[in-house]
Amino acid sequence: MSMQTGLATSTTQLRTYAPATDVSVAAPAPRLEIARAEPGTAQRNLRTEPGPIRFIIIALAIAFLSVFVVLPLVVVFASALSKGVVAYVAALAEPEALAAIKLTLLIAAISVTLNLVFGVVAAWAISKFEFTGKTFLITLIDLPFSVSPVISGLVFVLLFGAQGYFGPWLQAHNVHVLFAVPGIALATIFVTFPFVARALIPLMQEQGTQEEEAAISLGASGLQTFFRVTLPNIKWGLLYGVLLCNARAMGEFGAVSVVSGHIRGETNTMPLLVEILYNEYQFVASFAIASLLAMLALITLVAKTVLERRLDEAEVPDGD
Amino acid sequence: MIRRILPLVAGLLWASSVFAADVSLLNVSYDPTRELYVDFNKAFAAAYQKDTGKSVEIKQSHGGSGSQARSVIDGLQADIVTLALAYDIDAIAGKGLLAADWQKRLPLNASPYTSTIVFLVRKGNPKGIKDWDDLIKPGVAVITPNPKTSGGARWNYLAAWGYAQKKFGSADKAKKFVGDLYQNVPVLDTGARGSTVTFVERGVGDVLLAWENEAFLALREFGADKFEIVAPPQSILAEPPVAVVDSVADKKGTRAVAEAYLKYWYTKEGQEIAARNSYRPRDAEIAKEYEKSFAKVELFTIDDVFGGWTKAQKEHFAEGGIFDQIYKN
Amino acid sequence: MTIAVARRSTLPGFGLTMGLTLTWLSVIILIPLAALFLKTFELSLDQFWGIVTSRRTLNALKISFGLSFAAACVNLVMGTIIVWALVRYRFPGRRLFDAIVDIPFALPTAVAGVALTQLFAQKGWLGAPLAELGIKVAFTPIGIFIAMIFIGIPFVVRTVQPVLIDLDPEIEEAAASLGANRWHTVFRVILPSLIPALLTGFALAFARAIGEYGSVIFIAGNLPNVSEIAPLLIVIRLSEFRYADATAIAVVMLVASFLIIFLINRLQRWAQARIPVH
Repeated sequence: MSMQTGLATSTTQLRTYAPATDVSVAAPAPRLEIARAEPGTAQRNLRTEPGPIRFIIIALAIAFLSVFVVLPLVVVFASALSKGVVAYVAALAEPEALAAIKLTLLIAAISVTLNLVFGVVAAWAISKFEFTGKTFLITLIDLPFSVSPVISGLVFVLLFGAQGYFGPWLQAHNVHVLFAVPGIALATIFVTFPFVARALIPLMQEQGTQEEEAAISLGASGLQTFFRVTLPNIKWGLLYGVLLCNARAMGEFGAVSVVSGHIRGETNTMPLLVEILYNEYQFVASFAIASLLAMLALITLVAKTVLERRLDEAEVPDGD
Repeated sequence: MIRRILPLVAGLLWASSVFAADVSLLNVSYDPTRELYVDFNKAFAAAYQKDTGKSVEIKQSHGGSGSQARSVIDGLQADIVTLALAYDIDAIAGKGLLAADWQKRLPLNASPYTSTIVFLVRKGNPKGIKDWDDLIKPGVAVITPNPKTSGGARWNYLAAWGYAQKKFGSADKAKKFVGDLYQNVPVLDTGARGSTVTFVERGVGDVLLAWENEAFLALREFGADKFEIVAPPQSILAEPPVAVVDSVADKKGTRAVAEAYLKYWYTKEGQEIAARNSYRPRDAEIAKEYEKSFAKVELFTIDDVFGGWTKAQKEHFAEGGIFDQIYKN
Repeated sequence: MTIAVARRSTLPGFGLTMGLTLTWLSVIILIPLAALFLKTFELSLDQFWGIVTSRRTLNALKISFGLSFAAACVNLVMGTIIVWALVRYRFPGRRLFDAIVDIPFALPTAVAGVALTQLFAQKGWLGAPLAELGIKVAFTPIGIFIAMIFIGIPFVVRTVQPVLIDLDPEIEEAAASLGANRWHTVFRVILPSLIPALLTGFALAFARAIGEYGSVIFIAGNLPNVSEIAPLLIVIRLSEFRYADATAIAVVMLVASFLIIFLINRLQRWAQARIPVH
């Protein structure tokens, strides 16, 4: 029973961030959608609304998404290019902008790598073995999803700030965590903690352990089994988790803002630079950086759509 | 896999920390000094290179004065702090990061440049704002930041209070006046720069209480055809102080250059840079030269009216202080 | 539910992977969160209570929770409409709009913040016409509300969408052939079976909005007691050197997040009990 709850939570939590690999409530969306893309005429009469209502619902949906989602995105690019392409490129070529881009990439590389390793390890432990307290463990992994980013930053101030629990020791040993790369990386790892693990756990649970057990019984070592058997099975899911983890890592604002110290050209990530430039009347420059992040979001979405297809295709053959 | 990734991470970490000039300083400053220190750092680096043959790189961090002080207390490795008001540096000194008598180590209260609080209004001054009294009229929207986080906002508040206390002669009436003023404030940003953006770019409010230098900057950035500066007959002498953070400078071995950096403020070149950026210079000669750039305002000091920063902070801005009482009503 | 059947694994690496998982979890999540609670234990109960029930804190919490709730309600209604349009109807650009739903999730919050502010400021594309009508959005609680709607919408859509897709068409057809009109079928048959998913989506959107910082602070007026959200108050308390206050507010919010997670868990259990396993 507890096991079921855990899995159930995993799907719902996940569905908003990762592909819903069928565990309990529902099957993954796109595949079935394609299957029912052309409902029969007989069904259509029974299963749809009168024309005017249909029109109103579609209009409402499009209007809402246009105003609340599309327009903000358009504003970013329009503002970034409002003074022409030259000003746009010049803004991105500023040393401060380049430093922020570099730092953002570095932070993303560190936090995605570490969370990738952790995610795989955790998913292995959770999905391939039975133990008590599994639900609780999954809940703990989920926790950062619902913690305010500000709190995610605050906890590291409390730990590593000069007035914090480890602060005096760090100061004495001249180790800089807060207001330096390690602090920013820690805060980012905290907020992106669940992504990879949550993308893998349901997937690996569904795949079961038979293939791995077979490999082991044929004499493969644990690592061999993982790299030759498990990894090929989960590669798209893994990529999916990494993709979302990366998007969040590059875009994190609240948590990083608390621990950054805002040293120009040194500890400002791209989202922080957006705010700083915005406050310096450099609106074009601010929106230019923002447009890069928006492009990242768009690329993430496209890649996500492609990956979701792959995941579905991978599943279809051994489907129900 | 782990074996392959770890060196990569280590390499990236290392790469991020190595490129540097001979000496590197971190100046942690408040919001509106961004443009000022771009100029000043360039001039100082050139002068220092000429004198010593060494290159120096000055990194900047800007934010609300209170937030910045908090970061330094939490371990931000600032060699130098240049904040909006002495209290914030006192707070750092209170944690033992620099000597308690820091303000005596440099001339003129360790404030090489000063400023005051003026009004920025929309072109043509549609609400006819001339003096502090006009700010409490109904229907006048006043933009000022949050005194709890912003240094400039504290100067704004104290300027209004000082004016009222001088005019009405009692603290109770001053409290009423300032209370009425804050009734007219629709947005309370966390820093002076946020308030300027709110007023200028977002078009909120009829009058912005601003640092004089910030008001001039807004005119330069957005054109004198959109805004004008109104200097009230009386205002406060704002003294933003500077100091070397002893504990950091000694640990990093940057004390000499950090001190040279601050002393450079007191040279003609430094004073000229301040004046060019609309900060009031201390040097009489430079002040004379730039006389026309600054309005004639009768300036009162915080010591005159409030008996110093520590007292003012405690009475007005501490938890349950007068600002909290005003805001409760 | 074949997966739920317990199995004995002969695979290696349980001790190692479990050990690593717990270590990493402790270092990144548990110890930092424990530090937060530890810090609040430095306060007496009276002090803690005093901070949490002070007018400003209460107002900030009210604003955060109240507006998040309102925004989640809007998301619930609009999310259902969007899901319905995306799943049940064919219209030009449907796939595009389907993909677009995820933008608020993928777009960094600071970018969303400056973009929404630009859009709804008095001179903005939407702010200007709204100002003509006498409606101010940016720098008022409405601005916070808008930002929260923006960030919450994917949560409802993506939670409800698969359930609606998966809904057995026969139930509807049966209801219709038994003489129920469309109105009845939708509100008595379809929507009730969506309730667990709807509530889960609502709870996720609500939880996200409560903690939201980046996209809100640009557009909020940040006026104490009026448009100051709880996460901003934490930041302000920090910059006032009032760590105790900051942590006390953080603890309250953290406990709220725990409760919401717990609630979502419960909702899922309920959902499972209701929906027959296929």
